[in-house]
Amino acid sequence: MTTASVLGVFAHVDTTVQAIRDLRAQGFSDLTVYTPVPVEEIEHEVEKVRPLSAVRLFTLVGALTGTATGFFLTIWSSLKWELVTGGKAPVSIPPFVIIAFELTILLGGLASALAILVLGRLPKLTPSPTYDPRFSVDRFGVAVACPPEKVESVQSVLSAAGAEEVRR
Amino acid sequence: MSAPPAHSATAPAQVTWADVNRDVIRTVGMPGDRYFAWMCLVALTLACGVAAWAWQIYVGIGAAGKRTPQMWAMYITTFVFWIGIGHAGTLISAVLYLFRARWRTSIYRGAEAMTVFAVMTAGLFPLIHAGRMWFAYWLMPYPNQRYLWPNFKSPLVWDVFAISTYLTISVVFFIVGLVPDIAALRDNSTGIKRKIYAVLSLGWEGSDQQWRHYRRGYGLLAALATPLVLSVHSVVSFDFAMALVPGWHSTLFAPFFVDGAIFSGFAMVLVLILPMRYFFNWYPYITDRHLDAMAKLTLVTSLVLTYFYVCEVFVAWYSGDHFERASVFAKATKEYAWAYWGMYFCNCLVPLVLLSRRARVNSVVLYVVSIFVLIGMWLERFNIIVPGLGHDFYPYTWGTYYPTITDSTIIVGSFAWFFILFLGFIRVMPSLSIVEVKEVLPHPLKHGAHGAHH
Repeated sequence: MTTASVLGVFAHVDTTVQAIRDLRAQGFSDLTVYTPVPVEEIEHEVEKVRPLSAVRLFTLVGALTGTATGFFLTIWSSLKWELVTGGKAPVSIPPFVIIAFELTILLGGLASALAILVLGRLPKLTPSPTYDPRFSVDRFGVAVACPPEKVESVQSVLSAAGAEEVRR
Repeated sequence: MSAPPAHSATAPAQVTWADVNRDVIRTVGMPGDRYFAWMCLVALTLACGVAAWAWQIYVGIGAAGKRTPQMWAMYITTFVFWIGIGHAGTLISAVLYLFRARWRTSIYRGAEAMTVFAVMTAGLFPLIHAGRMWFAYWLMPYPNQRYLWPNFKSPLVWDVFAISTYLTISVVFFIVGLVPDIAALRDNSTGIKRKIYAVLSLGWEGSDQQWRHYRRGYGLLAALATPLVLSVHSVVSFDFAMALVPGWHSTLFAPFFVDGAIFSGFAMVLVLILPMRYFFNWYPYITDRHLDAMAKLTLVTSLVLTYFYVCEVFVAWYSGDHFERASVFAKATKEYAWAYWGMYFCNCLVPLVLLSRRARVNSVVLYVVSIFVLIGMWLERFNIIVPGLGHDFYPYTWGTYYPTITDSTIIVGSFAWFFILFLGFIRVMPSLSIVEVKEVLPHPLKHGAHGAHH
């Protein structure tokens, strides 16, 4: 099945939100919304139909791996050579908490950054055909993927909502 | 490049989103002669520092004036100083982000860059200090030929973990924040520059799919970085507090160090931001309100620091411990008394000027106060380390440290290293966050008044 894509360029937050609502109401759900900055109203509208972002799972797994690694590394290596240093038992937990804490933050942070890349499909090697350089300045874009015969109705929805420019 | 902006400091509300892009992007690119003159001066200073380090490696660590009991002397003083400077960046970007302090947006990029470069500068000092820096990898947790692991009960090993984690997370946070801004630069440039920025922006387009994960990830990074900010300088303070040296062995040290770090970090942010505001004509973005907020934080941290200083003296007296008392007495009256009283003057008295609002929004006053604070905070670390080690339990281990040309040159060189990184950065990357500054401006609405966002 071939799909066409239509792009509406907007200058305002409220018209963009209106366009997203209208398109959804007409049954068009394959939308890509470009914004120069994250905007709460738009995000709210887009996120309604989606599960929560899975970044937090990455962070949790990363952080717990860090904690486990920290304790494992310190305890296991102390047991390799059971030497009493500084009058402390070979396995003394309080100093090891510091290593475990640092590794929790380190691996949790790296996992969060990895999640932004993996889930956000970055790096993006080929630019999207619907992207416009104005979207990094002050314009909002709503790109709709639809069957070719629906192009005209999508165009009219976008114009009616207040798009400055509509193009295929 | 586009024309310079026509804004005045009195009309910040008139800025539009397109203005932000223009005003930030025009700072990136070919700089003028004055900039190159500064760069040459800084590079020359750095070259002197590198030569001094080479001399120290050739002659040995004695060239730095190191002898018992003053083995830590100026290198560790400067190390702690730079780590402290590196605190404000992540505090501004993570802690103030979580508290939704919106004034942070105009200063956080500069502060984050400062953090990364300050920690990179600090990281040099353990290497310089260790003498044979090619054995620095011994600190990493790996088993050597005899299957011996590092001693994880040693504060010095905690320090390695804390500093390397802090550097890594600060760099990650910094880069993640830069990605959407580099995309804006990419869209504005042509030719080879466009290709370079396209690679660095990772093909960022600002689609909803990208933002949703980005926002979550950024929030979580901020949440992780917040305890990290507080822990790093606590761990650095354990380097001292775990030892039995009089004046060091104190539970006060962790909060004392963290507060001092934030204090000096804010001073350095002001030292960097004020000239940037002037030279880049960023008055619409860094307004009096921003200066006022930063000055207030500097003042508060100064007052807290004063309280810690008083506690330190009080505890030494109240503990009844002979050596603690002697240590404080020696600091205040013997050969390093100038550093002790200089510290009180710079850190406790000078910042009191900021009690006046007129001083808080006057950039000249703020600049002068910040320089005093930086000097004062360097003196504070000097006071902890040099007189502390020079006057401990037994008179026969007492000793006075005299700086040499070698170690002084290396320390001046470290400032050059920091400034060369920072000056380079502000000409190739956006040093004001395009995205976050736009976020706090009124969002463009067709129907309904401006400022209707959250």
